[in-house]
Amino acid sequence: MSVGVIAKTMRGFSEALEATLAAETTARGGGALQALDPRVKLVGLLALVVSAALSRRLAVMAALFALGIVLAVASRLSLRGLAKRVWLVAFAFTFMIAAPAMFLTPGETLWRLPFFVGASVAITAQGARTALLLLARVETAVTLSALLVLTTPWMHLLKALRTLRVPVEVIVLLAMTHRYVILLAETANQMFESRQSRMVGRLSGHEQRRLMVNSGGVLLSKTLEMGDQVYLAMQARGFRGEVRLLDEFRMRGWDYAAMVGFAVAAVMAVVAGR
Amino acid sequence: MHIPDGYLSPSTCAAMYAAAAPCWWAALRRTRKKLFGRTLPLLALFAAFAFVVMMFNLPLPGGTTGHAVGVGIAAIVLGPWASVLAISLALGIQALFFGDGGITTLGANCFNMAIAGSFAAWGIFRLASWGAAADSRRRVVAAALAGYGAINFSALLAAIELGIQPMLFHDATGAPLYAPYPLRIAIPAMMIGHLTIAGAAEAVMTAGLFSYLRRNEPGLVGLGHNQSQGQLPHPSQQQARMGHPRRLWGALAVLLVLTPLGILAGGAAWGEWAPKDFADPVRRAQIKAASGRVAPPMAAPAGVERLAKLWTAPLPDYAPHIVKSAAFGYLLSAMFGVGLILAVAWLLQRITQPNSTARPGGAP
Repeated sequence: MSVGVIAKTMRGFSEALEATLAAETTARGGGALQALDPRVKLVGLLALVVSAALSRRLAVMAALFALGIVLAVASRLSLRGLAKRVWLVAFAFTFMIAAPAMFLTPGETLWRLPFFVGASVAITAQGARTALLLLARVETAVTLSALLVLTTPWMHLLKALRTLRVPVEVIVLLAMTHRYVILLAETANQMFESRQSRMVGRLSGHEQRRLMVNSGGVLLSKTLEMGDQVYLAMQARGFRGEVRLLDEFRMRGWDYAAMVGFAVAAVMAVVAGR
Repeated sequence: MHIPDGYLSPSTCAAMYAAAAPCWWAALRRTRKKLFGRTLPLLALFAAFAFVVMMFNLPLPGGTTGHAVGVGIAAIVLGPWASVLAISLALGIQALFFGDGGITTLGANCFNMAIAGSFAAWGIFRLASWGAAADSRRRVVAAALAGYGAINFSALLAAIELGIQPMLFHDATGAPLYAPYPLRIAIPAMMIGHLTIAGAAEAVMTAGLFSYLRRNEPGLVGLGHNQSQGQLPHPSQQQARMGHPRRLWGALAVLLVLTPLGILAGGAAWGEWAPKDFADPVRRAQIKAASGRVAPPMAAPAGVERLAKLWTAPLPDYAPHIVKSAAFGYLLSAMFGVGLILAVAWLLQRITQPNSTARPGGAP
């Protein structure tokens, strides 16, 4: 227990860093979505996420989910990796929330549980439909969002956000935040690793709390110090308060075709899902 | 509390983006002048810090662990507007890159945690530390309260957004299309976890970081003068921007003078009916009109009748019996109320800080 909290936190950092590395690797690999202009991919996949959110029919959501799988295979993404990192995580979380709704939503009784004598505990048709709709919608949305992140280098994704009129300051801030999330997570990981390697015996709950909070404090001090250093480094490299983003994206024939494809799929899903 | 995609209807998501957009715009406008100086990397780094601190497993009394969001300490150190940006950035990275919280629900998540959370934390900290010396223990308690209050306020907003879904969006058979639980289930389900575990985690982390900063980076939390040039303003500097306390007293005086405006409102406030109102035909008509044409019961409910006798206000209807003018009565009641609040605040300050008479600079 004394190392439990530290180990758990370190495992969280490792998983996040691993996910980052995996995303960067797949984003730079060859595949259908990787070859697309990031602006088309961003707008197209977002349109599909919104159409999944708008849909009221399970069949339409299933079709969008199937489209997501086809795109994942065409982009050479591992379905096992998707299942482990995306589908199972979303299923576990959503099922916990959706399951009680099967019983709590009032409506026609679909199946009465036989174990409860005296009390009426039953799955209702409306409850089952609600739970299925929620699960299907969440799984479809997270699959489509994951496709965007797993097939687009982070810097390209940020530049593509300009298409949605996101201010340039926000894009620069997001880019810097992402970079320092990785650095600070690594720093925090090293702090905990070094603390754990020096620790013998058990820490009480109070001591564990103090350890975590003080680690947070040290990390905050390092953060602020790094802020000053980064600014000086930026100045040394010629930063004078202006930010310019290089727009290197060029639309090609395949991008226009994909744009039409995304638009058709999204419109069809919205119309059929009503 | 990070609402994923699929739990909120697209129209709710759009409404929440629309609610968050002016706050983001105002926050950017307020920090833009400084944004391309030293503040740019500092804000990004603070957002990164908030992101990393959300991953800390914090052991809590009772054997469980929780995660803090970091909104409490961000609001205290950066002030509310910069905190809105920093926490929004952290949430944006989480949603876009790590899939924690949805993309369609990012507006709602940012509104709940970054915007409402930052202002709640900042407001609670200001209120609870009002009049406290910069090095007093009360400020640490205020920081804990700020974290606890902010996270619970954010959770309440999220619960309301989730809880209104089945009411507004269901199919012809009555099956909810999005989050399935009504307010009466969504609010307790969300709040129980936040009033206990998540609230405690945020309170412990905010108070702990505040204490740490006070010892090691006192300039950031309103102590000493070692704040490096160009760093984001801390709340004590922000207070200086709000103006001299004399202006606040002036504003309070104007509000006091305006209190008789309350007389202009017709009828009684909904739900604030007296037992005798149920028998009065005019009042009954007003209650019915204000309650969606649902007629009130003929007699006051027994519980209302019984509990109404428990306490008689010293100034019923905002005017002592001896005063005939309603406007003057309102004014008198307002003065009495404000005086009472000031007296209680002064008393609290005396109790919590017996030696705080020589407060440096008089800054709260």
